[in-house]
Amino acid sequence: MRDIVLCLGGGLLILGAIFTLIAALGVIRLPDLYTRMHAASKAGTVGGGLILLAVALVSLDAAVALRALIGILFLLLTTPISAHLLARASYLAGHDLGESTVRDDLKTRLEQNSRS
Amino acid sequence: MNGIFLGVVLALIWAGITGNFSGLNLLFGGVIGAGAILLLRYSLQQRGTLRRAGKAISLGLFFLVDLMMSALRVALIVLRPDIRSAIRPAIIAVPLTVKSDAEITLLANMITLTPGTLSIDVAEDRSVLFVHALSIKSDAELIDGIKNGFEARIGEIFK
Repeated sequence: MRDIVLCLGGGLLILGAIFTLIAALGVIRLPDLYTRMHAASKAGTVGGGLILLAVALVSLDAAVALRALIGILFLLLTTPISAHLLARASYLAGHDLGESTVRDDLKTRLEQNSRS
Repeated sequence: MNGIFLGVVLALIWAGITGNFSGLNLLFGGVIGAGAILLLRYSLQQRGTLRRAGKAISLGLFFLVDLMMSALRVALIVLRPDIRSAIRPAIIAVPLTVKSDAEITLLANMITLTPGTLSIDVAEDRSVLFVHALSIKSDAELIDGIKNGFEARIGEIFK
């Protein structure tokens, strides 16, 4: 039983590391800030969450496991807020969308507001 | 009655987190829990708490599955060699039917963590949520997905 849990934890740790690596690759490879936030917020959260889950399993200690699970909860609560704030702040500061962007509803909205 | 039960559960959780099940620590957890319950007593008194808790748990599971899917999709896009042709980013206005601050906050947070979307801004009159999509096929499809998925479920919990 103990070995199974440890193997499972190790597997999750590797999976989490892979997702974190992909998130880092995404931040480098994607063309603009907004698409980069996609990689950082989603793949990053899943990567960090899986690593914390692995810690919860490997620790074999209820108190440590519970704290790791609460860590996941706070990760899920805070990452989207920082991603949202970064995206919103840079949009309002006039940071351009990438060339490949096909549509921008927010721009038309802000233009309407400034006209009225 | 309900409050006492909740207080005991909170005391046990406190003891679990601090990793110390001594009587004094349990008592301390109970005191903190009682304080929290006292602060939240009005929102806890609403009826149908159990039904709503069930809905909240099902929303949580739905969300975790979506989060995994979303991470996988972003991962697949990031790993493609022709990354610039794989993405079609856009900012889409999604009309909102949920109105309260709590609902909009929850929805915006969940949208950020689900497939291909990131919430950027809420209109001042709370009628529209502006969502950045990583790769859209059609805007109607995206709006439908949010409306029938998270927004409907969140609406049920807060109703």
